[in-house]
Amino acid sequence: MVPIKSSEITPEHIYLSRRKFLQAAGLLAANAVLLAACGRQPVPLSTGATTPADVSPPGDGADELGNALTPLESVLGYANYYEFTLNPNGVARLAQGFSTSPWQVAVGGLVNKPKMFDIDDLRTFEQEERIYRMRCVEAWAMVIPWFGFSLSRLLNEVEPLSTAKYVRFETLYDPDQMPGQKDRSFPWPYVEGLRMDEAMHDLTLLATGLYGQDLQPQNGAPVRLVVPWKYGFKSLKSIVKIDLVEEMPQSLWMVTNPREYGFWANVNPEVPHPRWSQATERLIGENRRRETLFLNGYADEVAGLYPDLNSRDWYY
Amino acid sequence: MQDCRGAGWRSATWWRVNWFHILVHGLALWPVAYILWDLAWGRFADPVGEIITRTGRASLNLLVLSLACTPLYTLTGFTPLLRARRTLGLYAFLYVVLHFLTFAGLDYGFDLRMLWEAVFYQQYVIVGFVAGLILLALAITSTRGWQRRLGKWWKRVQRFVYLAGVLAVLHFAWLLKEPRRALPYVAAVAVLLVLRIPAIARMVGTVRRRFMKASASQTSD
Repeated sequence: MVPIKSSEITPEHIYLSRRKFLQAAGLLAANAVLLAACGRQPVPLSTGATTPADVSPPGDGADELGNALTPLESVLGYANYYEFTLNPNGVARLAQGFSTSPWQVAVGGLVNKPKMFDIDDLRTFEQEERIYRMRCVEAWAMVIPWFGFSLSRLLNEVEPLSTAKYVRFETLYDPDQMPGQKDRSFPWPYVEGLRMDEAMHDLTLLATGLYGQDLQPQNGAPVRLVVPWKYGFKSLKSIVKIDLVEEMPQSLWMVTNPREYGFWANVNPEVPHPRWSQATERLIGENRRRETLFLNGYADEVAGLYPDLNSRDWYY
Repeated sequence: MQDCRGAGWRSATWWRVNWFHILVHGLALWPVAYILWDLAWGRFADPVGEIITRTGRASLNLLVLSLACTPLYTLTGFTPLLRARRTLGLYAFLYVVLHFLTFAGLDYGFDLRMLWEAVFYQQYVIVGFVAGLILLALAITSTRGWQRRLGKWWKRVQRFVYLAGVLAVLHFAWLLKEPRRALPYVAAVAVLLVLRIPAIARMVGTVRRRFMKASASQTSD
């Protein structure tokens, strides 16, 4: 897998002006349809061995189902990041100036070779673009061209022991930089977890960028997790610690509100959140709601991880 | 007071009589103006979600203010409050209409199957829906014609506004990321309900009259 050359990425200003043109013409929703009509292949999920030619420039991107990318302004301007504020429109402003350098990620626990990775070490892993749908538990969604590499490659490097059953992730704890962490109603730092096979799955991404740029603080700079078949809160941001463990980790949400936000959090339109339905979602950039897909449309890839798919346990 | 309304906006009398009401209209129209402003500048990543949230919040605020008018009048004797009560209530209803139309029309595209699921699988929606229906009934019967037709029943019917208030607060609190942020509304509606208990309302009136007398005698000193 060869990283995308910067020459192949549509410059952002061209992307943005094209987007504005489409919006002006009221064609935003029809974008995907038009692309298909032009005989253009949707960008494949870069899960297998893809040559650079298979990776279209993000400017023309759509996911493998033909959904147009969410405009960059929305990805940058709208994010849930409680370490800054509960208001998704307010994160970008508060996160400005968040310092991501120096940055180190400690990978350890039940491994042969625990290691401290500098953020620049992580950038030396071959990066690839992955266009994923991101489904928030609050029933909105985005289509984001991430930049990063499979978590499995990092984990293989530290050589997990056979006793390791789960992976525990931790976000930075720094209330001086993250004002939301002064709110003691949450047991900071943010902790999330995956079962070992979920963490090793090729779709599970460690992202360092999106839209061909380094991550911005509001999107979880400098490095975050992206697990596209689970609700967004599983994909924690600004990671400083990754531990391989034997017991199921207690995530921040399992401590705070286990009934509403459990460990598995796999997207399922048929299992409602205790307070609202998950049957539909609003794709940011569109006005009309659409139906939510089982496992967020990644069932073919990940359904095998869950032997008894009908059990409701997998969904919260 | 009604007679002065014909005096025309150029006269000082007109302003003296109507300034409070103009303030009320301005206050009530502010949220919709602000939404249109932000829309025009493309400030929303999620316009539909934002419009639904903001119109809902505006409606709740105006409803609570409308409920506050009677107790505030009892406390202060400021008569324009009695006129503002109906105006604020009708504006609260206007925002409910915008709230509902954005939800059902824009968000769900009047797709009945999806709406059915949205309304009947989500308790907070049912609660909000009932609150909206109450406000609809109250808005229809708010006219002088209905006031005459219903006679003594009119007041009793309009008291359902308190039920709408309670349901609206519940609807709001149900969806909050931090339910404690609904506490000011819970407290406000609770206090306003208590103030309408006849014995307490009488007490407040007595206190006011005594206070007025005291201040009057002070000024005459």
